[in-house]
Amino acid sequence: MGMSLSRLTEKTNIWPWLLLAPLGIYMLVFFVVPLADVAIMSFTEPRVSFADYQKVLTGTLYQRVFVNTFATAAFVTLSCLAVGYPLAYLMAHSKPRTAMLILLLVTMSFWTSFLVRTYSWMVLLGNNGPLIAFLQMIGIEQPPQLLFTRFSSTLAMVHILAPYMIMNIYSVMKKIDPALIRSAESLGAKGWSLFRHVYLPLTAPGIANGSVLVFVICLGFYVTPVLLGSPREQMIAGLIGHQIEEFLAFGLGSAMAMVLLVVTLIILTIYHRRFGLDKLWG
Amino acid sequence: MTSYLQLSNITKSYGHFTALDNVSLSVDKGEFVTFLGPSGSGKTTTLMIIAGFEKASGGAVEIGGQSISQLAPHQRNIGIVFQNYALFPHKTAVENVYFPLQMRGVNRSQGLRRAEDMLSLVGLKGFGHRHPKELSGGQQQRVALARALVFEPSLLLLDEPLGALDKNLREQMQIEIKRIQRSLGVTTIFVTHDQSEAMSMSDRIVVFEKGRIEQAAAPLDIYHRPRTAFVATFIGESNLIPATITNAMTKTADNPTLGPFDYAGGEALSDGQNVTLLIRPEHIKLSRNPIEGRKNVRMKVETIVNYGDNALVIGRAGELSMRVRVLGADVVIIKEGEECCISWTPEAVFVITK
Repeated sequence: MGMSLSRLTEKTNIWPWLLLAPLGIYMLVFFVVPLADVAIMSFTEPRVSFADYQKVLTGTLYQRVFVNTFATAAFVTLSCLAVGYPLAYLMAHSKPRTAMLILLLVTMSFWTSFLVRTYSWMVLLGNNGPLIAFLQMIGIEQPPQLLFTRFSSTLAMVHILAPYMIMNIYSVMKKIDPALIRSAESLGAKGWSLFRHVYLPLTAPGIANGSVLVFVICLGFYVTPVLLGSPREQMIAGLIGHQIEEFLAFGLGSAMAMVLLVVTLIILTIYHRRFGLDKLWG
Repeated sequence: MTSYLQLSNITKSYGHFTALDNVSLSVDKGEFVTFLGPSGSGKTTTLMIIAGFEKASGGAVEIGGQSISQLAPHQRNIGIVFQNYALFPHKTAVENVYFPLQMRGVNRSQGLRRAEDMLSLVGLKGFGHRHPKELSGGQQQRVALARALVFEPSLLLLDEPLGALDKNLREQMQIEIKRIQRSLGVTTIFVTHDQSEAMSMSDRIVVFEKGRIEQAAAPLDIYHRPRTAFVATFIGESNLIPATITNAMTKTADNPTLGPFDYAGGEALSDGQNVTLLIRPEHIKLSRNPIEGRKNVRMKVETIVNYGDNALVIGRAGELSMRVRVLGADVVIIKEGEECCISWTPEAVFVITK
């Protein structure tokens, strides 16, 4: 009796693994294997050498692109924070109807494919678009180039990534115990001092989560910078695509991808040490 | 003596629901007053109106002769300990206690020193560097108390602060809070629904029920001379016997089951008036045979609840359910299902007119 029971539990213990198998196999075939392939290519293509790494790490072009990528990611992250924090605050502390409306707008934007959102920016900012027409209407005869600039790609990336920031901060704000705010008030805090000493520190985990998420996604952003950005100010993902699609430089492209991957992992590790990766999704 | 905290005709309504109905109360400086009542009785609402988190629909709150009704919470200089302590999780214990001083512009080194002193006073010397989550419930409670007291508030409000603690710690904290309150002489309002807590800690108990004050008096007054049947049942165990005054001059009353008997207290009663008689279980004696000089009644014992040092004997006298408190040794003489005799003196009977 005892035997059969233990056999039964042993048997049932396999089930979770069996259920995981399809996903496991999928990840292995379509993620782990290709990634390993890229890693191998980065120092075997066209022959075994670390020359491509040397190029990536020392070449001025690549350095400039890396710096540009990080600067753009940092700027986009800060912009998302600047836009997202007040919006998240409104969502967390407005009357239910207002909060619902803002939440709906944010999620609707989030649910729309970012390719669609990228193309709509092309329409809005293009030379025949409404914004240029408006500028001409108010008397600016030579309106500045809006599309295919750093401005247009940054703007679109902020738009696309802001929901990540907003949702992260919102979920933290929503969980703040109102008694903490009351208690701060009873102790003499108000306005700015209440915000700086109590509210802001309490929402810091949300800011950290949102920022890491936006920053990391932005580092590897491909479509939007390629479609909307200036060809002279590429981001790293665009450059990798360029190397592989146009120059068939698989080795160089892979080496760049590996460097990007390592940098991203370093950022996530630091974050994990400080806050815990499991908290990244709320 | 002029009152220090004065509540005058406080009313609070939410739509058609009246949460507070004309609540008036004066509290002396240094007094420890407990708001006692079931949940929804209005005690917490009153506290929140004093703190400024709720706005009264009518009435006024004054401290030391100054109206504070128009002041925002941060201007009121009132220390509050919340039910779940509401310590700032991102600050250490000493930073939490320093916070109100920081908000008052006290410089950091001086403020931290005062915070450390206050932590010592509440018995947390050496715990200042810990974060709230590294402290036990009782320790968090002490930090919250220190934080509410460090800025020398004009009033200390405690909102069911012991609710989350286990029994032993709770009794320990009751004594601690009382000690600290006495040593600082701060006027204190303590909200609870626990009557034994109210009895053991307060100078005065204010009993709330349905948005009104039922009675405000010293604990023993409340216990022995409750103004209403609600107060009598809410505080302590009680036997409430409906009766009619038969002769107010000779102080006799009558109950259909128990027959005529004498009472001692109660003035301004008139013949024929319907009243409720209160007899506390510990004032009833249980015996095999009637005892001379006392009102004796036969009772059939139904249940004996043993507490070790004492027992509660519940039985039936006619259609009345009676409760008798006996000391541990006495309970041996009686068994469930047996008949016995219960008796009391006129002094044990208190007349409640409401």
